[in-house]
Amino acid sequence: MVAKTKQTENRVPVVVIDDARITYKVFASGRKASSKNSGGGLFSKKLKLQEVHAVKGVSFTVYEGESIGIIGSNGSGKSSLMSAMAGLTPLTGGAIYANARPNLLGVGGLLLPNLSGEKNILLGGLAMGFTKKQISAKVDEITAFAGLQDFVGLPMRTYSQGMSARLRFAIAASKNHDILIIDEALAVGDQEFRNRSEARMREMRENAGTVFLVSHSMKSIIDTCTRVIWIEKGELRMDGDPKKVTAAYNKFVGSTTID
Amino acid sequence: MSTEEYALEHGLKKVGARPSLGQYVKDAIRRLDFAYTLASYTLEAGNAKSRLGSWWNVLLPTIQAATYGLIFGVILGDSKPNNFLPFLFTGVFLFSYIQGSFSNGAGAIISNNGLVKSLSFPRVLLPISIVISQTLTLLPQLAVLAVVLAFAPEQTITFGWLMVIPLVLLLVIFNLGLAMIMARVTVHVRDLNKLVPFISRILFYVSGVFFSVEKIFAADSIYAFLIKLNPIYDFLSLARGYLVTGHPLHVEDWIVVSAWSLGVFILGLIFFWSAEERYGREN
Repeated sequence: MVAKTKQTENRVPVVVIDDARITYKVFASGRKASSKNSGGGLFSKKLKLQEVHAVKGVSFTVYEGESIGIIGSNGSGKSSLMSAMAGLTPLTGGAIYANARPNLLGVGGLLLPNLSGEKNILLGGLAMGFTKKQISAKVDEITAFAGLQDFVGLPMRTYSQGMSARLRFAIAASKNHDILIIDEALAVGDQEFRNRSEARMREMRENAGTVFLVSHSMKSIIDTCTRVIWIEKGELRMDGDPKKVTAAYNKFVGSTTID
Repeated sequence: MSTEEYALEHGLKKVGARPSLGQYVKDAIRRLDFAYTLASYTLEAGNAKSRLGSWWNVLLPTIQAATYGLIFGVILGDSKPNNFLPFLFTGVFLFSYIQGSFSNGAGAIISNNGLVKSLSFPRVLLPISIVISQTLTLLPQLAVLAVVLAFAPEQTITFGWLMVIPLVLLLVIFNLGLAMIMARVTVHVRDLNKLVPFISRILFYVSGVFFSVEKIFAADSIYAFLIKLNPIYDFLSLARGYLVTGHPLHVEDWIVVSAWSLGVFILGLIFFWSAEERYGREN
């Protein structure tokens, strides 16, 4: 780590990830439900507090002007690491430093499902730090970006997955972020919306922002990123040129798993 | 040079690190709009599926107080407090304000996992938002209370009623503290959330909501002494001193309830803040 920082002394770091570790604690037996020992009475204490190591010591430094693609199989720890970078999931060990608060745009988590889309826009905007006046002025623009003019008055629980993902992206994209993490948010949504959001991402990057893109689409990774980091089983597997890393990843996936 | 020194030298800041208490409070105040909006939307969403909508916020406690009035009025017979209806309505409405902040505060973090995991904001806004929505529920109840007080037979209308305003302000501070404490405690010990309804019940019985301590226990009994240690009893008793005609007023109770409110609030704020970076870890 020290050798690497010396070699790149004149570049300005934006995000430094130093031996990040994330462990989840879960009550579970860890056994298959069908296994012989899984039965037992109401009071048999078969559930133990188990530790799941999602990220096991990842370190890398991101410099100004880079846009980073993050790849890896399902369950490799990408999303946990991104969520920690945004300060949403606390680290169990190590540290993450950044020059601005990174914002995560993920597919998970409805805001308030019983409320209308419009109220969710207002609430999301207020949580991002807009004032009431600012966000009220942006409601129409956000609705139009998401393409939900006909549905914005309906409760969010009635939205399809694609619709709610579009709304969330539109809310997050209404603000210029210094560091934006996009976690597979573009996988849902139709082609038209995807084009619109990719244009918005490019615009954001031109405004001196750093973008992290988590995706399973190697094409969009190669199209939008200048550097790719491959995380596998919670560890950093490869880091470097997008074409090289994605080629190695494709080879790995093709030969050993059916992800 | 260590990685940490390298990062700090380039002006980077640790992500998710807990800000200083002063900065934290400042950040929270700047986003109070969020807490208020969340509170009013949650209230609205909670009643969205019923026909009477937000009228339930007033109807439920009124029905509750009327039911208690009927049952305890009969059970207590002659030992029921003087001027029973105003006594009971004051007790039930103010108690349900405290109890609501206590029990909903317990779920402030753990029932809002979706929000905690997808947006970053000072987490203290969640318990604050709970207390705001409880306060919004209390206000129309106070109007009902005013009607009951005005029309009850043994009541006289006085300017003393206005003293309820500073009392409710103190209750807001007290409830904020309670909600912050409960919000953090349940994050560590999830099982406590199961006990919350029972604790609320016990508080209901030991706070003199529907009975007069003087009438039930002898003045020097240990029970009377213990109940009077309970701050909720002090709040109710002080409110009744101003609102319920014939109820004794102890002005020195103001010192007691002010001390409790400030104490619980400061304790709650520090207690909640010191775990800020840990919310969202436990699944």
